Amino acid sequence: MSIVTVQLGQCGNQVGHELFHVLCSDALEGQRKVYSTAGCERFFHQTSRGELVARAVLIDMEPKVINQSMSRAAKCGMWRYGESSHFSQKQGSGNNWANGYRVHGPRHRDVVEELVRREVERCDRLAGLMAMMSVAGGTGSGVGTYVTQCLRDIYPKTFILNHLTWPYGTGEVIVQNYNSVLTLAHLYQLSDAILVHENDTVHRICGQLLNIEHISFGDVNKVIAHQLGSVLQPALTADSHGVYGRNPLGELVSALACHPEYKLLSVCTIPHMPSSSIAYSTFSWPSMLKHLRQMLISNTKMEEGINWQVRPPAASERTRSLTGSRFNRSLANVLILRGKDVYSAETGGLEDPALYTSWLSSEEAFNSWKSPVPFNKYEKCATLVSNSQALLRPLDNMVGKAWNMFASRAYIHQYIKFGISEEDFLDSFTSIEQVISSYKQLH
Amino acid sequence: MTQSVVVQVGQCGNQVGCRFWDLALREHAHVNKKGLYDEALGSFFRNVDSRERDGGACAVGGRIQHLKARAVLVDMEEGVVNEILQGPLREVFDSTQLLTDVSGSGNNWAVGYLTYGSAYREQIVDKLRKAAEHCDCLQCFFLIHSMGGGTGSGLGTRVLSLLEEEFPEVSRIVSSIYPSAAEDDVVTSPYNSILAMSELTEHADCVLPIENQSLVDIVSKIRQMSHGGRPGSAIKRDSAVISWEGGLSGAEKPFDAMNNIVANLLLNITSSARFDGSLNMDLNEIATNLVPFPRLHYLVPSLTPLYTLTDVNVPTRRLDQMFSDAFSKDHQLIRADPRRSLYLACALMVRGNVQVSDVRRNIERLKPSLPFVSWNQEGWKTGLCSVPPVGHAHSLLALANNTCVKLTFMELRERFTKLYRKKAYLHHYLDVDGMEQSFFTEAVGSLSSLIEEYHHLDATMGRLVPDAPRLSIAS
Repeated sequence: MSIVTVQLGQCGNQVGHELFHVLCSDALEGQRKVYSTAGCERFFHQTSRGELVARAVLIDMEPKVINQSMSRAAKCGMWRYGESSHFSQKQGSGNNWANGYRVHGPRHRDVVEELVRREVERCDRLAGLMAMMSVAGGTGSGVGTYVTQCLRDIYPKTFILNHLTWPYGTGEVIVQNYNSVLTLAHLYQLSDAILVHENDTVHRICGQLLNIEHISFGDVNKVIAHQLGSVLQPALTADSHGVYGRNPLGELVSALACHPEYKLLSVCTIPHMPSSSIAYSTFSWPSMLKHLRQMLISNTKMEEGINWQVRPPAASERTRSLTGSRFNRSLANVLILRGKDVYSAETGGLEDPALYTSWLSSEEAFNSWKSPVPFNKYEKCATLVSNSQALLRPLDNMVGKAWNMFASRAYIHQYIKFGISEEDFLDSFTSIEQVISSYKQLH
Repeated sequence: MTQSVVVQVGQCGNQVGCRFWDLALREHAHVNKKGLYDEALGSFFRNVDSRERDGGACAVGGRIQHLKARAVLVDMEEGVVNEILQGPLREVFDSTQLLTDVSGSGNNWAVGYLTYGSAYREQIVDKLRKAAEHCDCLQCFFLIHSMGGGTGSGLGTRVLSLLEEEFPEVSRIVSSIYPSAAEDDVVTSPYNSILAMSELTEHADCVLPIENQSLVDIVSKIRQMSHGGRPGSAIKRDSAVISWEGGLSGAEKPFDAMNNIVANLLLNITSSARFDGSLNMDLNEIATNLVPFPRLHYLVPSLTPLYTLTDVNVPTRRLDQMFSDAFSKDHQLIRADPRRSLYLACALMVRGNVQVSDVRRNIERLKPSLPFVSWNQEGWKTGLCSVPPVGHAHSLLALANNTCVKLTFMELRERFTKLYRKKAYLHHYLDVDGMEQSFFTEAVGSLSSLIEEYHHLDATMGRLVPDAPRLSIAS
């Protein structure tokens, strides 16, 4: 089964390009026919001349980034984008969600729907749609939200996953918190699950684990693509009887998003290291899984500076520790292990009922997928996708800053100009506060 | 890609515009090595085939035939425009883009705004429409004018409101040259400036205020450096922001050095819209990010570095120095110290080989020393354009929405009041058909309320403002 990806805006198109690059080069690495076929079928279709073409639609309101991504893909020689599966305009959305959602989105609805429909029809079986975008700017967030809404209308039963890049806390776009609140509030009604990467976290991984001195957006996007790829490449689920899972988005959504009030997914992957060091490093599953477990419960997104003091509360303390504790409670987790000796890995530490809510048994809350094929040059690689309180703090900060700005009515006139009223803002704030409150009270 | 049209009005506007076109050609010649007409070039230039009768336009991707500036030149006397037409840039314009008269506006806003504004209205709109028709996606008008004289301030602001009427969807970014109090040779300039100000406040999307005196100071600073500098620290030939080296124009005319600074400002503000980069910053993002309230759209520009030294062995500290300089008093294009006033928002438009981590490091480093308004503590916008300006490895244009502009405005109001109290020269204005005294009172009222808005925000500086209580959710 195949996934159709929709790349939206500058960020979505840059991250999407890196993702396909990782997926393709990983699938074509070495002699592993079954894995390679399964991976390629998911994300690429093959032309009669044997070329791999990404099952992707590229959308932006300005042409520069799309042109760049298309020509970079064509140049690499392994895969390319479809010649006519992109749509761009000349003028961007000006970092304004309202401009993207109310003006650009509706204006180009037909073209975009047609492009997606063509890509969907090319799939023998559609596993789902993945929309990739940032929440900070205007096109990714505004047009992205609008397009997700259209896709939901056309494909009411199809899995839709939104991959969101959250901006740096400061420095990219000044109205980013408004754009984020509006995007999240709307997507929460539309999407099956929302997978989030925070630029700040990934930036730290680039600096501290990969030792990159002058970190560029390219470096950040590569790490995001690596983590996403490790989730999306073929793997064996518990009940797949030795055959690679066929419904990656469905499996992800049903394992993680078991309640409509909880849809925010975060990812952490170990190890991350400079490619020059990989050859000299050895990894062992027990220590990797021990680290991953502690990263999860202490909410550390990278394998450094892990707080080893954090412990899950004992059953008796459960009800008291609603907020304020450093312990990160999970609703559900999917563990994905790839590489050598993967079947010997002991995942018991993550099955501990103390990590989860009282209303879901750990058998339901925890799933593990495995593949003996090493991923993206790492001999062993472990990725944890969590629906947990991990995003609570950044979400709360984001809403807090946006609310402060809104209290002064700063920048509101820019949105009113495009038909988003103060009431629309209030509705979005209310629904995100509801999400925050739900995650806070997870017990 | 989008296009922009430059509208240059009055003597100063046309002189600055002339420098802009020269440096724009130089910049594209530097980047564009194949001689092909590309999208980047298309944002300010048309490529026409002069063999065809009406100068048929050539498509993007073909060879450069004949470049024509996307510009409208307006002046109510002939001197400057004629000079341009006899100079090396004459090929870039044709007569349909020009509008001149012979008698000038006599340093009188009312003559420019009312008399010429009405007499030439149709012709101006016609020329603007023609320029707009040549664009397939017109994004922005750049108006260049001065505040002190008659044509630039009067007819210039009239053109601004015509732009709003005729092209409501297209942004209007205005570069306004403010007279210096010290060496102002126009006695009526406080009147003209105040009357123009209220038009700018009402009709512009963004205004980039530039003080004549700051340009003078920067020029003399660079001159000092290039003459009195230590051996080995000579300034690289074409790198100074006042330099015209490599452009078409030969000998330097008075004001050219100063005008080159403004020309560079316009090149840098549009660089991210013209060239590739890892974080594009389109022109319509400027207002979205930097204008929190509609009237407070005055953005103080600063340019760094002002020059590059020939010595290539300078330590990498230079990059961080560039970021520090952008906030220092000496690099602002108005005479003000933004570090002592309140920031509402700030954009950093970076060009050249600079990564997002360099920008982040510098924001972190500078943030503690810069006061930001309570609801926008992280009011930073960044653009990264990979093509540096000619002569540099990297450059930075900072645009600050900072309450320090109010000092310039207050000084202006003071000079206005001095004249107005004595009703000096007032009759020159009231003699103009359609001009009434209420224009003055309303204009100064508008300026005062603008200053008041800045005062109001300034009053929150240094005060601990508690967070707004959040919506509470019933659980």
